[in-house]
Amino acid sequence: MLRPRALRTGCVDLGPRGCQRVPCAWCARVGDRASRTGRAGGAAAAAAAAMGASQTRPEHRHQDLADRTGFSLEQIKNLHKRFQQLSGDEDTISKENLESIPTLANNPIRKQIIGAFFDKRNQHRGEAGSCDQIGFEQFLMVMSHFRPPTLKMTAEEKEAMRREKLRFLFNMHDTDNDGTITLVEYRKVVEELLSKSGSIGQEAAEAIADAAMLEVASTNVPTMGPDDFYEGITFEHFEQILKGLEMESRMHIRFLDVDTTTMRCGKSTS
Amino acid sequence: MTSGTGPRGRPGAGRGLPERGLLLLLVLVLLEGSVVFPLGAASSPDVDPRGHSEDRAVAEESQNYSKKAFPVLSLDYHHIHVPFEIALWVLLASLMKLGFHLIPRLSSIVPESCLLIVVGLLVGGFIKLAGEKVPPVLDSQSFFLCLLPPIILDAGYFLPIRPFMENLGTILMFAVVGTLWNAFFVGGLLYAVCQIQPGNPSDLHNLELLPCLLFASIISAVDPVAVLAVFEEIHINELLHILVFGESLLNDAVTVVLYHLFEEYSGAGTVTILDGVLGVISFLVVALGGVLVGAIYGFLAAFTSRFTSHVRVIEPLFVFVYSYMAYLSAEMFHLSGIMALIACGAVMRPYVEANISHKSHTTIKYFLKMWSSVSETLIFIFLGVATVDGPHSWNWTFVTVTVLLCLVSRVIGVIGLTFVINKFRIVKLTTKDQFIVAYGGLRGAIAFSLGFLLEEKHFPMRDMFLTAIITVIFFTVFVQGMTIKPLVELLAVKKKQEAKRTINEEIHTQFLDHLLTGIEDICGHYGHHHWKDKLNRINKKYVKKCLIADERGREPQLIAFYHKMEMKQAIELVESGGGFKPPSALPSTVSMQNIQPKKPAAAKPVQRALPQLPKGREEEIRTILRSNLQRTRQRLRSYNRHTLVADPYEEGFSDFIIKKQKIIELEKKIIHMNNLTLPAAPPDSPTLCRARLASDPQAYRPKRDSVPTIQVDLASPQSPDSVNLMDEFRANGSRREEEEDQGLTMRPRGEDGRREQLTRCLSDPGPSADEDEDEPFLP
Repeated sequence: MLRPRALRTGCVDLGPRGCQRVPCAWCARVGDRASRTGRAGGAAAAAAAAMGASQTRPEHRHQDLADRTGFSLEQIKNLHKRFQQLSGDEDTISKENLESIPTLANNPIRKQIIGAFFDKRNQHRGEAGSCDQIGFEQFLMVMSHFRPPTLKMTAEEKEAMRREKLRFLFNMHDTDNDGTITLVEYRKVVEELLSKSGSIGQEAAEAIADAAMLEVASTNVPTMGPDDFYEGITFEHFEQILKGLEMESRMHIRFLDVDTTTMRCGKSTS
Repeated sequence: MTSGTGPRGRPGAGRGLPERGLLLLLVLVLLEGSVVFPLGAASSPDVDPRGHSEDRAVAEESQNYSKKAFPVLSLDYHHIHVPFEIALWVLLASLMKLGFHLIPRLSSIVPESCLLIVVGLLVGGFIKLAGEKVPPVLDSQSFFLCLLPPIILDAGYFLPIRPFMENLGTILMFAVVGTLWNAFFVGGLLYAVCQIQPGNPSDLHNLELLPCLLFASIISAVDPVAVLAVFEEIHINELLHILVFGESLLNDAVTVVLYHLFEEYSGAGTVTILDGVLGVISFLVVALGGVLVGAIYGFLAAFTSRFTSHVRVIEPLFVFVYSYMAYLSAEMFHLSGIMALIACGAVMRPYVEANISHKSHTTIKYFLKMWSSVSETLIFIFLGVATVDGPHSWNWTFVTVTVLLCLVSRVIGVIGLTFVINKFRIVKLTTKDQFIVAYGGLRGAIAFSLGFLLEEKHFPMRDMFLTAIITVIFFTVFVQGMTIKPLVELLAVKKKQEAKRTINEEIHTQFLDHLLTGIEDICGHYGHHHWKDKLNRINKKYVKKCLIADERGREPQLIAFYHKMEMKQAIELVESGGGFKPPSALPSTVSMQNIQPKKPAAAKPVQRALPQLPKGREEEIRTILRSNLQRTRQRLRSYNRHTLVADPYEEGFSDFIIKKQKIIELEKKIIHMNNLTLPAAPPDSPTLCRARLASDPQAYRPKRDSVPTIQVDLASPQSPDSVNLMDEFRANGSRREEEEDQGLTMRPRGEDGRREQLTRCLSDPGPSADEDEDEPFLP
């Protein structure tokens, strides 16, 4: 509900050194400008002016990214900070970087999650396969699948968002990119999911995957002859079976939005 | 009781010494009786010892008189009148509940709560007409100590924890801030209205601010009983249900504190800032203390249930007793008893369920549902009776202003709070949601009982308060309760999905949880997924180890879900007469081999080798099979009666699963063969056959003479070339039968358990659809 963490991270950065000297580009520029011109101005106005000043600034790229991913500038800035922290101030990030996140170590589906970041299908470029390194833009693209829906969204937009989220999940399961989740692939998913629960998990995984597959088959193709073969879950079937989960409102995380801190920072400098 | 024994004591006055002694004894007995009385008014065990001692006293006394003829039949109504009347009330309530559902279409138009109140009004009227004194049925003592706890425990034990925790912020906002707002808005404006009454020199002017606030704090809390009664009938979606219902549960702490605060200070007349601060601290103590007390008892119950595996019969009792103790302990310190009960139920449930037997679980479920529904019924009837009985003092201004203010403040409160909440919520509340939340704010019997508790000498307006409270309750329950259903339809508010959870959904719920935790970790900030994950891990690592006895209870949720589903499927399999159904929600002809990448090689030769059966013959075989199954089922039923203590669910489980697998293997074969021969006789597809079996299982009577003699030839039937359909069918049937018999002689216990298990489930559709809310301890 409240976002103490958001405020805190902002304050830790801003705290001791004062607002003007924060490494955050927005505040720095606002500070400069304010001191140079001696004119009071909000952060937004200053930012807009700054953006016009230089084309090559990262902020301009951020604006561009914001338009494409739907994140706010603040969120992008935050994610960028995190990106640099993870990559060790490099331009790209590698699998090893992500694997070294300590909190991720306990996640049973860590491999799939990391894999999804390097999956080209999740980056809206119409390519398949995976890459070894991703830049910040790709990182954002993957993250954008986890944006929450807004109140203003129309029904079509919501539907599009749902499909996009489901597609992301589907791609996570469909490792060989043939458009279907086969039984083998599904078993793998369940196995991974239960990989932290020891031998009992491994034994049950197969049975569970089989049962789940049967369920998909019988939901979507109710009448099947004995010789028919259900190759795997297509995306349509995938949509069908997860209809009840309301992905559009569940598959999201809260992205830090230090909107308020930046504003306060801008005001205090003026 | 005391009044009944009173006249008997009088003739003893003015006797000799021995008589004096006797009299003393009698008085002592009476005293003892009257001391015991208030404590045990509702419970029958206390009646017996007193009865005995009276008898003894009477018997001793009668030795001094001339001997009378021994009364063959005597009437002593006073002896039993308290428990008898309680039983009568319960009977009346249950019969009424029964009656409503017999009248067609009535229950779909008018909510049950309204009907019950009307019944209460009628009963109260009858009692009054008969000239009897109306018993103080809804006095606060019995309401808070007997009628309320079952309802709250039922709500707490079956609380859908996941949506509750996900929306906790919103719920708390509504419950705490919303209730405070309501109380002060209503109280303040009510006071203002009372002051500006120019042409009314009546008592309203004397009404001070603090009693007004006290009244407002009583009337402003949404009532869980009323909300449950109405919302259960309209099947609203989970989010709205948990918002309104959660609010009604959690606002108890606010109400308790406000009530005690204003009651305390309305005597003194002044409130300082210090009092306000103390009030806030008191609120925190009441709320958190209640939760703490509940959680402690919850863990105690969970820990106790770890050791009950040898005494299964009293297992359910621990759940009830510990919860009740939690409630009483919280009430003892004036903490929020409701919150204690909720916390207790919610904390103990995951562990208790893992420990106790399946049967005990069903018992708990049924008992809770039974108690809560009887309590609810009684509360509404009593509300009606109390309305007829109560001393009323009708004041048009006061009552109308109260009703109006309640409505207005609720609407403003909800809209204002949602505006704030929506800034933080990710799934925003729409206007429709706000409307339902505002409209669902029903008031109920808790308000009435709190009003009843007020003392006449401190609050001369008590009668007027009570009248206004009753009016508001009636208004919300009748007007809002009756119109909310059509409004929900009209606004097309999303309804609850009735569909059972599928295994794919379960897999993906888990998958999503881990995925979101992972993404949060990558983002580098710890949102609620992160903490949830952390708590879940602690829970799994330490708490479950302490509180759950056997290994199976600790298995991951997904596997537990799968086992449960497997179990249910197996039960259905037996119930529907043996059709193999894969663990899935829908009936279909898809079987395992349709999805297996490698097809069984034997399929083709079998097809060639199979002779086509004439249709009539096939039908005959089916009848034979059915009757066999029917007989098995009947035998299973008769088992239910005796063995209650031994409930070898745990012992029988693995055994049972293996057996089920065997059956499934066989069934697969059957279906497979059936499918192969199917083109000749499409109407007899296994699906149809199954459907017929499932729809009318009673139609097939077991015919003794038609049951075939069992000849099991285990050596031959498996070879695909020599097999013939007839043999396979019979072999299948007989083998299954044989399994039963073998099991019966060789492993009586395990077999027993399985049967019992099955029969129990066969005859037990469950009290409601919430069988599957198996949420993890932490969402």
